[in-house]
Amino acid sequence: MKLTTAFGAAIAVAGSLFVGGAFAADITGAGATFPAPVYQAWAVAYKEKTGTGLNYQSIGSGAGQTQIFNRTVDFGASDAPVDSAKLAQQNLLQFPAVIGSVVTIVNLDGVEANKLKLTGPVLADIYLGKITKWDDKAIADLNPGLKLPSIGIVPTYRSDGSGTTYVFATYLADVSAEWKSKVGAATSVSWPAGAGGKGNEGVAGTVKNTKGAIGYVEYIYASANNLVTTELQNKAGKFVSPTVPAFQAAAANADWANAKDFAASMINTPGDATWPITSATFILLPKQPKSAEQAKDVMKFFDWAFEHGGPIAEKLHYIPLPKDVAERVRAAWKSDVLVDGKPVWSN
Amino acid sequence: MDATMAGLPGSGVQPGHIGDAKPVGRIADLVFVGLLWGCGIFVLVLLGLIIAMLFEGGLPAFSAFGLDFLWTATWNPVTEKFGALVMIYGTIFSAIIAVIVALPLSFGIAFFLTEIAPQVMRRPIGVAVQLLAAVPSIIYGMWGFFIISPLMAAYVQPPLIDWLGPIPVIGALFTGPALGGGMLTAGLIMAVMILPFITAMFVETLESVPPMLKESAYGVGGTTFEVYKNVSVPYGKTAMVGAVMLGLGRALGETMAVTFVIGNATRLSASLFAPGATIASTIANEFPEAAQGSLKLDSLLALGFILFVISFIVLALSRFLVRSNLKS
Repeated sequence: MKLTTAFGAAIAVAGSLFVGGAFAADITGAGATFPAPVYQAWAVAYKEKTGTGLNYQSIGSGAGQTQIFNRTVDFGASDAPVDSAKLAQQNLLQFPAVIGSVVTIVNLDGVEANKLKLTGPVLADIYLGKITKWDDKAIADLNPGLKLPSIGIVPTYRSDGSGTTYVFATYLADVSAEWKSKVGAATSVSWPAGAGGKGNEGVAGTVKNTKGAIGYVEYIYASANNLVTTELQNKAGKFVSPTVPAFQAAAANADWANAKDFAASMINTPGDATWPITSATFILLPKQPKSAEQAKDVMKFFDWAFEHGGPIAEKLHYIPLPKDVAERVRAAWKSDVLVDGKPVWSN
Repeated sequence: MDATMAGLPGSGVQPGHIGDAKPVGRIADLVFVGLLWGCGIFVLVLLGLIIAMLFEGGLPAFSAFGLDFLWTATWNPVTEKFGALVMIYGTIFSAIIAVIVALPLSFGIAFFLTEIAPQVMRRPIGVAVQLLAAVPSIIYGMWGFFIISPLMAAYVQPPLIDWLGPIPVIGALFTGPALGGGMLTAGLIMAVMILPFITAMFVETLESVPPMLKESAYGVGGTTFEVYKNVSVPYGKTAMVGAVMLGLGRALGETMAVTFVIGNATRLSASLFAPGATIASTIANEFPEAAQGSLKLDSLLALGFILFVISFIVLALSRFLVRSNLKS
């Protein structure tokens, strides 16, 4: 198991919490597991700079939402955006923190990374259990130069509820009407075919163990473990490889200006170079915090992360938020997070 | 403390003081007895509260789906249609596989240890069996996922699918792609996990067989197997049934190791190789992402309640069997 980056960061954070001034007013956050490595890496660097630590518990988006609804943490973190009605009801501000991508991986003899081409509808049909052999005409037509074996396709998915599944299923629902009506999108869905593994490592392990398997994992996981990824066709009809520039293109082409609560979709966004399965992960912050000081510390932390956290994020294969989006987030802090009617964020 | 100290010989206090200490000792004793009562009641209250909490938490699911919850095979978080049939089936089926595999092995090990093994080998094997029980569940899960599943996919499942798959009726158990994981793999891993518990109780039982009985049996010319079958096993039958039931109970609730290897599909399938789900694995998988107040969370708590009931039935059954055995 080569979760070195994630584990290293986690251990470093744990170490710094025990060694460093445990009495400084650390900020607390809880939720999504997907961005946990980058939050923790940021926290280490931020603590060195400012002395303020971050205690982030990666307990899952659902649990993170519950915690911030109950105000037991300073901020919550969720992979899937929370819907507007719920945000209003819970009096929360939602903003994106970092962007990640979901990539497809396969285990096929003689197929190297980014050699296999797939389209959204074909991927949906595979996961619907309609395309069951690798030498199916639908796949062969897309890959004229590739010799595909006549073995069964084993679709592999996340058995645990996860933001990754939400993003992947949202993509499939976007490209396939049948997926949308039969299965839909959520953090866990009723999969028509295949087998489930727990976590990214569970999916990757199952794909590695099973000839003919296909799975989806977060890009950070695929790149850290040199998994065999595939190309995907984007909305512009171009086949793209999962690379950082392709994810950046997706982030840049998303419609941030019109997105309510920053829930801009980066699924199947237009543009020739765009990777189709990209998504932001979100932070939930109380609009009328109990403690202005703690809320300000949270905003300071993310302000620093937007400004200086880019290289750390990229090193861990996340995509930093585009500069103009970060500006929009700061504006929202100023206008929405109030204590006694006065903005907490003034910079 | 002072009172008892005062009465101690050699503390230089007059013996008459011992009599004075008695009322205090009585009070201390009352407090002690009260504490013991507290400990006993605590267990009952705790158990009651857990059942009540699970039932109350699961109530919205039971009232939304009615008793259909028990025999509906859908588990769809998107449309919020939940049913427990797949998990109940998976829980019981995989636990039974585990017991079927573990039982003969436990018999063998236990009898070997008590009758056959030379004295020098008894301790190492006995300790090894006990150490199996000390291995954390997640280690079994990873071992199952990284070692056993690939072996099953490469060497066990394909030939079984080829040989037994075409046979009518039984063949249904051996169909589908060789994924490595699935019901059978989960059962095998759990068999190893419950093996030490069953074996330890078997050994204890076999050791309690009066040597005179066995020696008489050997004396009239019985072979090792005959003594085993006609003396040792019948003598310890009741305790052995209890041991098996306890193993079954442990297999029913096993979570981490099963989650790794069972394949986690909420679809019903007769095949031993098809991915499935147990109640415990489903709860482990879905709980972190189940939002507060959602029907999904209610359904998960309802699943927990059902698991509780199943475990309770197994325990009650084992008690009943042991008791009826005692009477005969």
